Amino acid sequence: MSETELDADVTVDSRGATCPGPLMDLIGHVRTADAGTVFELLTTDSASKHDVPEWVEKAGHETLGVVDHDDEGYWSIFVRTAR
Amino acid sequence: MTHRVVIVGGGTGGTVLANRLVDALGTSLRSGEATVTLVTDSPNHVYKPVFLYVAFGLREVADGVRPVRDLLDRRVELVVDEVVEIDTDRKRLTGRTGRADRGYDTLVLATGSRLVPETVPGLVEGGHWFYSAEGAERLRDALAGFEGGHLVLSVVGVPHMCPPAPIEFVLMADAWFRERGLRDDVELTYTYPIQRAHGIESLAEWATDAFEARDITLRTFVNPDRVDPEAGALHTMEGETLDYDLLVTIPPHAGAELVERSGLGDDGWVAVDHHTLAVEGAEDVYAIGDTADVPTSKAGSVAHYEAGVVASRIASRVRGRTPTATYDGKTVCFVESGLDEATFLEFGYGEVPTVRAASRTLHWSKLGYNESYWLTARGLV
Repeated sequence: MSETELDADVTVDSRGATCPGPLMDLIGHVRTADAGTVFELLTTDSASKHDVPEWVEKAGHETLGVVDHDDEGYWSIFVRTAR
Repeated sequence: MTHRVVIVGGGTGGTVLANRLVDALGTSLRSGEATVTLVTDSPNHVYKPVFLYVAFGLREVADGVRPVRDLLDRRVELVVDEVVEIDTDRKRLTGRTGRADRGYDTLVLATGSRLVPETVPGLVEGGHWFYSAEGAERLRDALAGFEGGHLVLSVVGVPHMCPPAPIEFVLMADAWFRERGLRDDVELTYTYPIQRAHGIESLAEWATDAFEARDITLRTFVNPDRVDPEAGALHTMEGETLDYDLLVTIPPHAGAELVERSGLGDDGWVAVDHHTLAVEGAEDVYAIGDTADVPTSKAGSVAHYEAGVVASRIASRVRGRTPTATYDGKTVCFVESGLDEATFLEFGYGEVPTVRAASRTLHWSKLGYNESYWLTARGLV
């Protein structure tokens, strides 16, 4: 999946926050989002790569992809809300 | 020329900082080189950890309340007013009554957290909490009349003040109901928003074992979306429903509206340098305590240690020296694990704390600290 396919409607920048900060930041935004909204969660916490998709699946949303920004030390996790 | 230091907030961070600062400045205050002013919207200082005990009828709200003036060194000017606007370009504050209207040379934001239960539909009507004086008293009355059924403790908002408090609550409730001969009639459930029992991994593991040993049900990935008080039901973002007879929550928190209104941070939390606590994007402004968005807990001990660092940095600046004091994320929490035993955590940035074995000694240390807190507020301990 190319990065151009992963254009987000909303970017949540949680870089610098440690668990559970990034996931809770995403949950806070998803709480008030419309169905079909695409989020890009920026995180420097490597645990987010597992924790976030796990919650997304549990909550019935969809993880579109994880992009590793090698040189800059953070990840983008793309999520689309289902409801 | 006088260097005017203004602190906004009369909680743990603001009070400790004001007292530490007048000590650190000493001769500079006497010579008129510097002044220290604390602006707060209430004449009273509240020590919130007492509220957990209020819920079980073990303490009174009044035990945690003292006049701010009594806690402040007489060299600190106290202004009771609500700051409604901060202009960091002009370095000026505006107060609701006008008493706080003034300029500053260095500003410290210690405006703390506030509860926003109204952000979850039905939570105000259906939920209890022990994070405010009124809430703790209302919960005390509800618990006193609760003789059986399903008690759900749900952590709705993260981050929240005093991170171990929800774990402490269910472990204390377990012991409290046992002591009263009601435990067999009470089902206890603890819910947390992420995939484990707590944000701090080692505390999550410790709590999971403790819950299992005491027949407390753990539910993870629970993010309440809506409370239906009529039906006694908690609906979650994950599409699940939990029925309850008594719902105790850690409600969502936000920082001060003033912070957001003044363009200093979303949700009232302020971005700072994690070590100097200097506010990003504003000159000569620091943030401490819950206000400062740093990767550790929103705990009184954090505000306390941060206040010491900022006092040192400001005093150095006033004296024309280079500030060198930095904050390393030091956080200390006592954790009650029943009615007569407790454990203890200590950690810094990026560290996972070791959870020590619970003991009666640590429980009494916690109660002893709660009494000696008033010395902490005075900047002495």
